[in-house]
Amino acid sequence: MKEQPIDRFAAELEASRRSAVYEGTKATHEKRTRHLAARFAEADVLRRTAGEIKQHVVEHLDRYLPEVEVKLRQHGVGVHWCSTADSACATVLRILQARGVRRLVKAKTMLGEEIGLAGYLERHGIESVETDLGEFIVQVDRDHPSHIVRPIIHKSRREVATTLERIGLGTYDDDPSTITQRIRSHLRGKYLAADAALTGANFISVESGRVVIVTNEGNSRFCLAAARLHLVLVGIEKLVPRDRDLALLLNLLARSATAQPLTVYTEFVAGPRASGQADGPDEMEVVFVDNGRTEMLASDCRDILRCIRCGACLNVCPVYRQATGHAYRSVYPGPVGAVLSPLLAGSRFPEWADLPKASSLCGACNEVCPVDIPIPDLLLRLRARGKQEGGPQARIGTLPMGLWSWIAARPELWRAALRAGAALDLLPLRLAPVPALRAWSKDRDLPAWRGGAFRRWFRHRSRL
Amino acid sequence: MSEERDEIFARVRRALAPLPVRTALPDWDPARIAPGFAAADSCTLFVERFREVGGVPLSSRQGLMAWLAGKGWACGYCDPGLWPELRGHFPPQMEVSTSLRRARIDDYAFAITVASGAIAETGTVILTDRDTPVRLAALAPWAHVAVIPRSRIHRSIACALGAMPDDPNIVWVTGPSKTADIEGILIEGVHGPGIQAAWVADDR
Repeated sequence: MKEQPIDRFAAELEASRRSAVYEGTKATHEKRTRHLAARFAEADVLRRTAGEIKQHVVEHLDRYLPEVEVKLRQHGVGVHWCSTADSACATVLRILQARGVRRLVKAKTMLGEEIGLAGYLERHGIESVETDLGEFIVQVDRDHPSHIVRPIIHKSRREVATTLERIGLGTYDDDPSTITQRIRSHLRGKYLAADAALTGANFISVESGRVVIVTNEGNSRFCLAAARLHLVLVGIEKLVPRDRDLALLLNLLARSATAQPLTVYTEFVAGPRASGQADGPDEMEVVFVDNGRTEMLASDCRDILRCIRCGACLNVCPVYRQATGHAYRSVYPGPVGAVLSPLLAGSRFPEWADLPKASSLCGACNEVCPVDIPIPDLLLRLRARGKQEGGPQARIGTLPMGLWSWIAARPELWRAALRAGAALDLLPLRLAPVPALRAWSKDRDLPAWRGGAFRRWFRHRSRL
Repeated sequence: MSEERDEIFARVRRALAPLPVRTALPDWDPARIAPGFAAADSCTLFVERFREVGGVPLSSRQGLMAWLAGKGWACGYCDPGLWPELRGHFPPQMEVSTSLRRARIDDYAFAITVASGAIAETGTVILTDRDTPVRLAALAPWAHVAVIPRSRIHRSIACALGAMPDDPNIVWVTGPSKTADIEGILIEGVHGPGIQAAWVADDR
C-alpha cells in the first residue's frame, strides 16, 4: 500500500528534530494543563462558553462586519476589503507605495504567511523585516514556520547560532541569551528606521472597534512605537462582539498557547495616535481578508472559523508530535491545519485531501481547544469530501473497497465468500507474502472465522 | 475596492442564509474566570502576582532609589511629571533626563514612567498614551519602572476591560519581554525590557 506523504516525511525525519518537537510540545501541553487546573475550577465550562461566543460571531458576520467597519472609521481608521490573497497583497502594496514606504517592520501574522506577503513585498522593492525572533530566523533562513506559536520549534540552538554567524551578527555562539541579545540590537535599528509597521490582529471588538494584538516579545509594541503608518492584516472571522468577551478569550489564549496567565504585551489599538502625542503611527489602515473564509462559512466546516491560533491542538496531537509541522506542507500545521489547509486550497482541495487522514481521531485536539472546535468531526467531513471528489491524495493509505462492495451487492457471491472465509483459519498469516500483513500478525492473531453465523441463526430461529 | 467589499458581504449573507438557527451570544458571568482571590486586597494581590510573572515590586521611593543605586546604571529616563518629586533622590553620578532622544536610545539603562493602572489578577501594568506619552521609554531601556497609582488597581481582567479609558492606545504589560523560541528556553528581554519593576505609590 502506498504511504501517505505525512508518514513518509515522518519516517525520514532526523531523530533529533523529532525529539525537539516532541519534548517541546509535550512540555507546553503539560504546563498548560497545570495552569488551567490551578486557577480555574471550571476550565471546561469556560472554553465551551468561549466556543459559543466565537460560533455566534461566525454565524453573525453579516451583522458584525458592517458594524465593525463603522466603528473603525469613527476612530479614523481606513478599512479595506480583499477577496483573495492576490488582492490582499496588492492592496497592502498600494497603500505602502502611495505613502512612499520603502522599509516595513512586521510583527507576526499567520495571515501574512498564508497570502505570501513578505516575498511579494520584497519582489516589489519593499524591505519587509520579520521582528518576532523565530519568524526572523525563518525569514533569513528562507525556511517556513513549523508551529503556529513557536515558528522554529524544529531548529536547534546550534542551527540558529550558525544562521546568525552567516548573516554577520557576530561569531558563532549558541548561548540562547547571546542569540537573543544579538537579534535585539539588530532589530532595534530596523524598528527605528522603518516607515511603516504591519501587524496581524488577534481580535477586533465590534463594540469598541479596538484592535487587540498580543505578543510576548514586545515586537508589535516596538513596531507601533516608532513607525508612522500602522497596517493591520486580519481575517474576516477575527471579531468579538463585546470588550468583556475579551476577558475570557485573552485568558484562554495565553493559557492555551504558552501556559501564561496573560501574554506579556496585550495591546488595544483604537486608531492612530492623538494629535500632540510623541510616539505612535499617525495613520492606521485595516485590511480585512476573505481568501476562502466565506467558502468555509458556507460549508459544513464553518466551526473552524472559531480558531484563535493558540497552537494547543498541535502540542497535544500525537501525529504532529511525531511528524512535526513541515510534514503538513502548508502554513497551518497540526490538527487545525489538517482542517484549514484543504479548505483554504479552494479548487485545489484534492492536493491536500490526505491531511484530514493524518489523525487517529483520538479527540485530544478537541479536548484542549479553547474555543471547543469539534476538530475530529470536521476531519471526518473532509475525509468524506475527499472520497467524493475522488482525488488520489484522498485514497492513499485507504484500503480499496471496490471488490468488497461488488461482492456485498451480490447475495450468491456473498454467501460463497462467507463459506470460503473459513479457509482464513488455516492460512499461516505470518508467512503471507504481504509485508504489512506479516507485520500486523507478528503480535496479533485473527479471531476464528465466524462468517455466516448470523445467517444460520436467523434461518433456524424459532418464530414467536 | 468597494466592489470587493460588496462581494464579500454578499458571500457572507449567502453562506448564512440557509442556517435554520444561529448560535445566540452567551451571557456569561465574568466572576467565573477570576476565582480564588476573594481575601487579599487588590494591592497585595497585584504585588504577589506581579512577582509571579517575573516583575520586581518596589514599595517606596527610598526602595526605588536603593534598587537603582544597586544596579550601578549610568544613564536613565524619568517622566517629566515625576521629576519634581524624584529629582533630588537619584544616586550621585547617575545621568537622568526627562526627554528621550532616539539617537541615544541604547544609552538609557532604565526608564521611570507613569502607569495608568494595574490588574491584580494577572500582575499586569496598564500603560496608555495619555499617561505614558513616550511609548519608547517604557520599551527600549533594559529596565522599566512603572509608577502605579494605588487607587487604580483593578481586581481582574474583566474589571479592567469594563473601565477602559478613552485612549487610542492601551497596552497591558505582564512581566518582562520574553521568548521561548529557541529550544523552549525562557529568555527575558527580547525587544522590550528585561526587567519590569513597579512601584505602587499613593495617588498624587
